[in-house]
Amino acid sequence: MQKSLLLGVEAIAQGAIDGGMSGVYAYPGTPSTEITEYIQHSKQAQQLNIHRDWAANEKTAMESALGMSYAGKRSMVCMKHVGLNVAADCFMNAAITGANGGMLIVVADDPSMHSSQNEQDSRVYGKFAMMPILEPSNQQEAYDMARFGFELSEACEIPVLMRITTRLAHSRAGVTRAAEVVAQNDMKLPEDKVQFVLLPGIARKRYKLLLNNQAKFETASEESPYNTYTDAADKSMGIIACGLGYNYLMENYPNGDCPYPVVKISQYPIPRTMIQKITSECDKVMVLEEGYPVVEEMLKGYLEKEAVIGRLDGTLSRDGELKPEMVGRALGFDVEEGAEVPNLVSARPPALCVGCSHIDVYTALNEVVAEYGEGRVFADIGCYTLGALPPFNAINSCVDMGASVTMAKGAADAGLIPSVAVIGDSTFTHSGMTGLLDAVNEKTPITVIISDNESISMTGGQHSSAKGKLEAICEGLGVEPEHLHVLTAVPKKRDDLKDLLRKEFEYQGVSVIIPRRVCVQKNVRDQKIKKAAKAKAAAKA
Amino acid sequence: MKTDMVIAGVGGQGILSIAAALGSAALDNDLYMKQAETHGMSQRGGDVQSFMRISDKPIYSDLIPRGGADIILSVEPMEALRYLPYLKQGGYVVTNSTPFVNIPDYPEMEELEKTIKDLPNYVLIDADQIAEETTGSKRAFNFVMLGAASPFIDVPFEYLEEGIRKIFERKGEEVIEMNIKALHAGRKFAEENK
Repeated sequence: MQKSLLLGVEAIAQGAIDGGMSGVYAYPGTPSTEITEYIQHSKQAQQLNIHRDWAANEKTAMESALGMSYAGKRSMVCMKHVGLNVAADCFMNAAITGANGGMLIVVADDPSMHSSQNEQDSRVYGKFAMMPILEPSNQQEAYDMARFGFELSEACEIPVLMRITTRLAHSRAGVTRAAEVVAQNDMKLPEDKVQFVLLPGIARKRYKLLLNNQAKFETASEESPYNTYTDAADKSMGIIACGLGYNYLMENYPNGDCPYPVVKISQYPIPRTMIQKITSECDKVMVLEEGYPVVEEMLKGYLEKEAVIGRLDGTLSRDGELKPEMVGRALGFDVEEGAEVPNLVSARPPALCVGCSHIDVYTALNEVVAEYGEGRVFADIGCYTLGALPPFNAINSCVDMGASVTMAKGAADAGLIPSVAVIGDSTFTHSGMTGLLDAVNEKTPITVIISDNESISMTGGQHSSAKGKLEAICEGLGVEPEHLHVLTAVPKKRDDLKDLLRKEFEYQGVSVIIPRRVCVQKNVRDQKIKKAAKAKAAAKA
Repeated sequence: MKTDMVIAGVGGQGILSIAAALGSAALDNDLYMKQAETHGMSQRGGDVQSFMRISDKPIYSDLIPRGGADIILSVEPMEALRYLPYLKQGGYVVTNSTPFVNIPDYPEMEELEKTIKDLPNYVLIDADQIAEETTGSKRAFNFVMLGAASPFIDVPFEYLEEGIRKIFERKGEEVIEMNIKALHAGRKFAEENK
């Protein structure tokens, strides 16, 4: 069969479509965004009427996916690793309610922090929730495991976590698609009418069931086609390779002639008999895993009794993603490196686009903040985080989605007045609204700048849930109309913005200023789409 | 048959179209390929790279090991040098000579050119100018670059033409011909100047 050239994330999307999914729910976040985008652009998904709109945040996405599973249909929810923190409340409890229709939770981790605030390993969450985890090692497995994940979820009656990392997410390879597309489930409500009612009395029973099911999940891992044991003669060392770790191992043995026994793990809980066999037969065991030393720590234990090497003892770096040469060195190969980077090569950090509206905001803000003394601007997550870099050096924090508003509030409570929050439109509706309500209720003296470019820009210009709603939301939350301002973010209006900032910095309550102009990138794309549509219409006429 | 190549440039320069043409060429001819790329934050005018691996045997790692690349293909001269740690001994640097200056501390062109010319194996090509001369537009400079790298890529040249046809299928014959012309012009320059 003809192969399709797919990114890892696209392979998951196509696998889920072909695997009978009825809906995907997600909030954009690198490196997970293109899973949902692929489904949004898929004609097949359109024909199958698969739900594929963006959600306001990861929590609402996860809950909607759980609702679809409740109704008996197969659902998928996608997010980046830190998004799982936002959705964690639902995630942990979904392990206890269990699933009715198959539910796949796809979380894309970002070790080495290419586009993230940390490199947390979602397998820790999976273990915490006691949920089965899938970790594909290549694009074909990513495709196959999406379908497999739905089946596993229905067989084990629990949502299944699929954990991927940046390198699989954003790497392309040829993928062979399944010959048949699985039909979507019919709606079918859970047989147990209180299964999803986590009142203490019911939750205790459901939790016991979850505990009792662990053996079943382990058996599924033992029997999984994605976990393999490959024996070899040299027992001086055994290798446990998880997910992408397997690729970096085999990269060092291009003829497939690894002299050591190898356990490849792509499904968790870890397959106990395979682990027992390799640890008992080999003098020591090297664990190769992308992210945290999750398996390594389990085997080594606090008392470090086992002869286990990996990220904890320095055989491999404790942080950052794995690299083929890093694994090669750990395996004892003489690794040759290329030349050094010549000194004249300058750093080329990402920057705000020419003509970006955030530039107008920061230019005005910097001037006014200078009058009060620096160190009082709490920012958030989006393109405007680049305000931290020269030439602006405008912001003092970027922690998590929505934290600008509430950190400004806390700092104001501590006496830092004025305190300023800078947040984007979509980040505001994702997690900033509730913080603003706190500030309104206490009449905390903060100035919130919602730098509105009518788009989720950093991830590629997805539709913002905030579009056309910001003034109504702010008024609804109780922001006083005379302290709620909207203006166009253009160089000509910078003086107006500065005047407003000075005025509102003096107000001893909540002020919201919304400088608005559509993202320049989104504008270009929208114009192109309009032009194409016009040309198409003209051709038809 | 195996080629590992780092494709480098600045976010927005369109290096992924080079990778797409190569990927399509590889797949249609039953070769294995893996191509890792940069998305998200690093796209906004920052340095970007794509790891392109093509082989007649299965490929495991999505990343090219340091010291393992046969070719660095860069659409911007300073970016070519950023990936030297990935180049194997005897590997080729094929780079556009037109700089993309969006930072205040961009090196002096003379010094940059000298550093490139001190490399044992290089092709330094003004892809923008060649694209303009041969096709009347700078837009095809990416495929001038692919053409310039083609003598060192272990894939039949016709495959690359096929790849271009495939990815521009929907844009029409004119666009395809323009890019194929650019591909040939790049190759010719490299053959004469490698």
